[in-house]
Amino acid sequence: MLEGIPLFPEQASNLAPEVDNLYFGITAITAFFAILVVVLIIVFAIKYRDKTGQKVGAPITGSIPLEVGWSIIPFIISMGIFVWATIVFFHLVRAPEQTLEIYSTGKRWMWRFQHLDGASEINTLHVPLGRPVKVIFTSEDVLHSLFIPAFRVKADAIPGRYSSIWFTATKTGEYHLFCTEYCGTKHSGMIGTVTVMEPGDYQSWLSGGGGMSMASRGEQLFQQLGCVGCHLDNGSGRGPALAGKYGMQETLANGTTVTVDDTYIRESILTPQMKLVAGYGPVMPTFQGLVNEEGVMSLIEYIKTLPPAGQAAAPAQAQVTP
Amino acid sequence: MTTTVLPRVTYINVKHGVASWLLTKDHKRIGIMYMIVVSFAFLLGGLFAAGVRIELTTPQGDFVSSDTYNRLFTMHGIFMVFFVLVPVVPAILGNFVMPLMIGAKDVAFPKLNLMSWYVFVIGFCFTLYALVSGGVDTGWTFYTPYSSNASNTNVLPVGIGIFITGFSSILTGLNFMVTIHRMRAPGLTWFRLPLFVWAIYATSLVMILATPVIAITVGMMALERALGFGIFDPRLGGDPVLFQHLFWFYSHPAVYIMILPPMGIISEVIACFSRKNVFGYSFVAFSSLAIAIFGFLVWAHHLFVAGISPYSAMVFSFLSFAVAIPSAVKVFNWTATLYQGAIWWKAPMMWVFGFMGLFLIGGLTGIFLASLGLDIHLHDTYFVVAHFHYIMVGGAIMGFFAGLHFWWPKMTGRMFSDSMATLAALLVFVGFNLTFFPQFILGYLGMPRRYHAYSEEFQVLNVLSSAGASILGVGYALIASYLLYSLFRGAPAGANPWLATGLEWTTQSPPLPENFAVQPVVNEGAYEYSKREIKVA
Ligand code: HEC
Ligand SMILES: [Cu+2]
Ligand SMILES: [Cu+2]
Repeated sequence: MLEGIPLFPEQASNLAPEVDNLYFGITAITAFFAILVVVLIIVFAIKYRDKTGQKVGAPITGSIPLEVGWSIIPFIISMGIFVWATIVFFHLVRAPEQTLEIYSTGKRWMWRFQHLDGASEINTLHVPLGRPVKVIFTSEDVLHSLFIPAFRVKADAIPGRYSSIWFTATKTGEYHLFCTEYCGTKHSGMIGTVTVMEPGDYQSWLSGGGGMSMASRGEQLFQQLGCVGCHLDNGSGRGPALAGKYGMQETLANGTTVTVDDTYIRESILTPQMKLVAGYGPVMPTFQGLVNEEGVMSLIEYIKTLPPAGQAAAPAQAQVTP
Repeated sequence: MTTTVLPRVTYINVKHGVASWLLTKDHKRIGIMYMIVVSFAFLLGGLFAAGVRIELTTPQGDFVSSDTYNRLFTMHGIFMVFFVLVPVVPAILGNFVMPLMIGAKDVAFPKLNLMSWYVFVIGFCFTLYALVSGGVDTGWTFYTPYSSNASNTNVLPVGIGIFITGFSSILTGLNFMVTIHRMRAPGLTWFRLPLFVWAIYATSLVMILATPVIAITVGMMALERALGFGIFDPRLGGDPVLFQHLFWFYSHPAVYIMILPPMGIISEVIACFSRKNVFGYSFVAFSSLAIAIFGFLVWAHHLFVAGISPYSAMVFSFLSFAVAIPSAVKVFNWTATLYQGAIWWKAPMMWVFGFMGLFLIGGLTGIFLASLGLDIHLHDTYFVVAHFHYIMVGGAIMGFFAGLHFWWPKMTGRMFSDSMATLAALLVFVGFNLTFFPQFILGYLGMPRRYHAYSEEFQVLNVLSSAGASILGVGYALIASYLLYSLFRGAPAGANPWLATGLEWTTQSPPLPENFAVQPVVNEGAYEYSKREIKVA
C-alpha cells in the first residue's frame, strides 16, 4: 500500500530541481539537529533515571562557552540556509527578459487565461515546453493565489494590482493548478490543469483558438473608448503620447518618478487622478466600469506594442514563435 | 504520603455558592473560572476539528457542504486561537500560580482581574452568538476584501467578540506586569524568579503591545464592512495587503503569547524532575525577552507571496531566522539540564518529553518556511498547517498539560493516576504525530489548505491524518476522565508531592484563601535542588 503514497510532487519546470535541492538540504540539516537533540534527551533520560525521586542532580548551573557555541553555530548555519534560499527566491521572482506572456484573471471561482494572439481558456492553461513563460494576473474580486505545484511557483492574485509567476516547463504532461488563497464557498473548486505541449503542438493548439490578438483588441478599445482623442502620437493632444513609454521612467506632478509598468498603466486607466503626469492637468476621466480587467490587459498589451516615436510600427500581432 | 489529609480551610471551601465564585477577587478562583470557559472553548474547537477531519477522509466534499466546511475550519481556528491558545496558560496557570510563585497574596489589581474574566466571557458570548446564528466563513485570518465585502456570514459579531476579548488580554498583561514588579516576596530578586514568571512577564509585554493592533485592525475591517469606509478594499481605494501587515503585526507576536508561557512551564518541570538548576538560567530568562522583542519584527514572513518587494522579503526572512536562535538556545539548555540530573519519570515530565519532541519539529520546520525560495512553494499548503499545529498544539498545548499535571495537586489538593497520565501523554504524542506529520508531506506535494475537496492522490495521507486525530481525541478524553476522577476521589497530595522548590510548594494544597499563613522570605535562587539534603530511599 505504501508505494501508493507519493512523497514528492513531479518536477516539471526549470525551477523545480532548485527548490527541491533546497528542500533536501534543509531537511538534512534540520534532521541532523533533531536527531542529535532527541538522542541526547533519550540517553540522558535513561542514564540518569532515578526511580525513587529522592536523589538530587549534580550542582551544574551553566556554561558560557556552551551558550555562546550553541548560539553562534546555529546562527552561522541558518545564515547559510538564508543565503541559499534567497538566491533560489530571486530566480523564482525574477523572470528573464524574453518571455512568452500570458494574461490571467482570477475570480470566484475560476481562472481565465488570455494568450497574446487571442486564444483564451478557462481553468486550463496550455504552455509550450522549453520556453520561459510569464503569467501576469490579477483578481476581479477577492484575493486568490495561483499555484502550480509541479513547477514550484505561486503568487497571490490581488485585486487592483498585477502579480506574476514565471517558469520554463521541462516535461510535457498535465499538472495541477490550484487557488491557494482562501476565497469562499468553492475555493477548493478553483482548480485547473496546466498542459505542457511540444512547441509545435502548442502552435497548432493556438491557431485553433482563433479570435483577435490581445494587442489588436486593445487597439480597438483604444479607439472605442476615445483614448485616441487625447493621446495623440505626436504628443500634441491633451494627454501625453504613449508610444515608447512602456518600461520608461515617468516624472509625476508631485516630483516623484515611477516606472511605466503594467500596474501603473492599469492605475492610469482606472484611477487617473491618483498619479498625474508632470505638466498635465487632471482631465483624464476614469474608465472604471467602462472596461473590464481583460480589456485593461488588452489596452496594456497594445500600449506595450506601440513603437517609440519615429520607429516603424511593429505588427500588432504579438509574436508567439521563439 | 498516604497519611496526608486535605487541609481544613482552603480557597475552595472558604465560601460556597455560585455567587461566591462569580464575585471572587481571588486569583486562584479566577484561574479556575478561566479553566472552565477555556475547556468549553477547547471542546467546541475540537468538535469543529473533528468535523473537518471526517470530511477530509474522502477526496470528494461529501460529509458537509462547502459552506459548512468553510465555517467548520473558521470556527475551529477562531475558538482555538482566541479562546484557547491565547488564554490557556497565562489566564489559567498564570493566574493561579504566578502570585503563589512570587509569594504574593494576590495579583496587583484583583478587581481588574475579575473584570478581565468578565470581558473575556462577554467576548466569548458574542462569538458563540455568531456561531449559533449561522457561523462565519472567513478563516480565522479574516483576510480582506473577502471579510469586508464578500462574505455574507456573521463577520461583525465575531469581530466584535475578538475586539472585546482583546481587552481581557491587555488588562491581564498589565495586571501581571505590575504584580511581578511590585509584589515579589522579600528577597525574591529578578534573578531568583522562577523562569515561568520570566516567561509570563515577557508574554505580558507582548499582550500589552500587540493586542491593541488586532483590535484596531478588526475595527477597521468592521468599519469597511458596515459603513463602507475604504481601507482595505481596492474598489473603495483601499489596500488589501495593508490588512495582512496589520493582522500579522499582532498575530505573529501572538504566537509568542501562546508559546512563551508553556516554555516557562517546561523550565519549571524539567528542573523539578531532574532535581537540578535549569542550565544557563539567565540565558533562558533573557531568551524569553529576546523572543518577545524580535517577535515584533518578523510579521511580513506571512506575506512572501502577497506581492511585497523582494528586498523587504529578504529582510523579513533574515529576521525570521534570527528569531529562531533564542528558541533553539532554550531547547539546548533544557537538554543540558537533564545531563547528570536525577530524573524522576513522573507524568508531568512525560508531557515535557512530548513537548520537546513536538516543539523541535515545529521549530525546525519553521526554518523551511522562513527560507524564501522554499516558502513560495509551501505557503498556504498543508505544510504550514502542520508546522503551526506542531508549535501551537504540540508545543503550547503539550506544555499546558505538563503544567496542569505539575500544578494539579496544588490546585485541587489531590493526586491523579500517574500511569493514566503517562498513557495519556503517550496517546497524545502518537496521535498528534500521526495526525500532523503526514500533512508536511501533503504540503510539499502541493495540497492547499482550506480545501473542502481535494485531488485523489492526497487521500491516503489524509486518511492517516484523520486516524491520528481520533487517537488524539481519545487521549484528550482520557485526560478529562482521570482528572475528573482525581477531583473527587484522588488521594490528598500534601503541600509538596513532587518535592519541588518554589514558594507555591511551601503552602498547603489547595492553598489558603490568602495563599500563605506567613509572608515567605526568599534567600536563594529558584532551583537549588542540589543544595537539598540527599535523602536515600
Ligand atoms: C480627456 C482626455 C483623455 C482621455 C480620453 C484619456 N486620457 Fe489618458 N491621460 C490624459 C492626460 C491629461 C494624462 C496625463 C495626466 C494623468 O496622468 O492623468 C493621461 C495619462 C495617461 C497615462 C499615463 C501616461 C504617462 O505618460 O505616464 C496612460 C497610460 C493613459 N493616460 C492611458 C489612457 C487610456 C488607455 C485611455 C482610454 C481608455 C485614456 N488614457 C483616455 C488624458 C486622457
Ligand atoms: Cu480562489
Ligand atoms: Cu509568523
